Amino acid sequence: MTQAIRVEGVHKRFGDLHALKGVSFGIEQGEYFGLLGPNGAGKSTLINITAGLVRASQGQVSVMGHDVVGAFRPARQSLGVVPQEIVYDPFFSVRDILRIQAGYFGCGRDAWPWIDELLERLDLTSKCDASIRQLSGGMKRRVLIAQALVHRPPVVILDEPTAGVDVELRRTLWEFTRELHAAGHTIVLTTHYLEEAEALCERIAIMDHGELRALERTDDFLSRHPFRFLRLSIDGPGAVPDAIERLVCARDNDELELRLTRGQDSVADVLDGLRDAGFRVTDVHTREPSLEDIFVELTGDHDA
Amino acid sequence: MHSPVDSAAMARRFNPRGTWTLFQKEVRRFLSVIGQTVLAPVVTAVLYLLVFQHVLEDRVNVYPGVGYTAFLIPGLVMMSIIQNAFANTSSSLTQSKIMGNLVFLLFAPLSAVEIFVAFVGAAIVRASCVAVVLYAVGWLFIPLPLQAPLAAIAMLVLSAGCLAVFGLIAGIVAQKFDHLAAFQNFFIMPFSFLSGVFYSIHSLPEFWEQASRFNPFFYMIDGFRYGFFGVADAPIAHSLGVVTLFFLILACVALWMLRTGYKIRS
Repeated sequence: MTQAIRVEGVHKRFGDLHALKGVSFGIEQGEYFGLLGPNGAGKSTLINITAGLVRASQGQVSVMGHDVVGAFRPARQSLGVVPQEIVYDPFFSVRDILRIQAGYFGCGRDAWPWIDELLERLDLTSKCDASIRQLSGGMKRRVLIAQALVHRPPVVILDEPTAGVDVELRRTLWEFTRELHAAGHTIVLTTHYLEEAEALCERIAIMDHGELRALERTDDFLSRHPFRFLRLSIDGPGAVPDAIERLVCARDNDELELRLTRGQDSVADVLDGLRDAGFRVTDVHTREPSLEDIFVELTGDHDA
Repeated sequence: MHSPVDSAAMARRFNPRGTWTLFQKEVRRFLSVIGQTVLAPVVTAVLYLLVFQHVLEDRVNVYPGVGYTAFLIPGLVMMSIIQNAFANTSSSLTQSKIMGNLVFLLFAPLSAVEIFVAFVGAAIVRASCVAVVLYAVGWLFIPLPLQAPLAAIAMLVLSAGCLAVFGLIAGIVAQKFDHLAAFQNFFIMPFSFLSGVFYSIHSLPEFWEQASRFNPFFYMIDGFRYGFFGVADAPIAHSLGVVTLFFLILACVALWMLRTGYKIRS
């Protein structure tokens, strides 16, 4: 089956800056795909190339099998993009903005019932005749999502859709994107909220410094990670033994967080070592690695 | 929720509905601020007319049997056409770039030619609105029948088209409104003022008369004036030819910019 998005050896140079260094991967139809990376990793550049906003210096990107440059019409017809920034045309009402956007894609009055449905689904009906300038930030973001969907594209890219929105709206947007996915859309999500990618995405690509660092199923990512974490509350005089100290990755007064390597460091050895050194362990808590831990591990960057 | 993309729609070589939508949007944009985009230029032109009529009506006689006020009106109408056609495309594009909403147009399956046609068409509509209102107001000062209406219409459309395309180029190049103001203050204003709006170039010293013939705005105004009086400083065919050539050169530049994504698709 044709891939929803195919990225083939894409390079992008902005003067001396080599923003993308030969990135290649594919996204299958119907996937919920996460594209993660720190600031400056090249995610937005790659999305902009896919959307036709930026031209690749080298390589090729196709959407539903259509090259985004050579066959730009079917490629763009197949793609809906929710931009990262809240941008809008101040001259028009919400409904007009959606009808105009549908018109750009060749959709006429036949699209108007779908637009009304989108307004309803995104809880915008009461504001449909208002100027978009009068809406709150969250409402404006919903309008951006509706704009990306007016032509019913099979592939939808959401570039940090939940950045700066409140918890309730974030949950609403999560639910909405899940519904889109269930209805057959391919969803590509970029986000800085790793728990968001962990909760929503089936596969995740991690980019850093213009390169693809990892690309795996989310479950595999988490299970393959060789670490787990042990959080201890301890009480006692003296210093923590060196053998345990080297495992400490975070410390807060009497609380320690240790990173244990599977098959090498055991919880029992740690507890015994502390007891032998005269410490009393008052609380024990373990946790599996989150996507954030893996992300930091792969990118060596805490700017997630 | 999504439906398979219509393969016939995707295979189309043109997107007429998309082009029409963009054209309509651009027309609605200037109509939504009609006081600023149509009425204000008319008021400015009428003020010029009042002042120059008062000072020069009895002192200047450019063509036999044509009073100065009558001579002035077509020039002022064309000057307004020039300035408003330029303003429509340039301000719309620059504003969209600065506010960021240009992305919605760039996401769309519209070709360079379709974007060009929609923007330029809407600018010609605005320039025509200004011209018609100004001509009607001018009628209050002096009835001015058209001797060669086809020539006047052709010059209106061609001249508005030229400046609309020039505005498109300026809008693509400009990164902020300051850049646009530079185009207006250092090119559009001086070249339109020095093109024979207020005088016949025959009244100029030899050097400046010859220099004026290198100003394409002179042919726009002179050819437009021919439409009213049937006489002009340059032959009408010459004026039509020069303005058409100017349009074609500017159109090639603008289409190249749109096709390559110059300054808009990095």
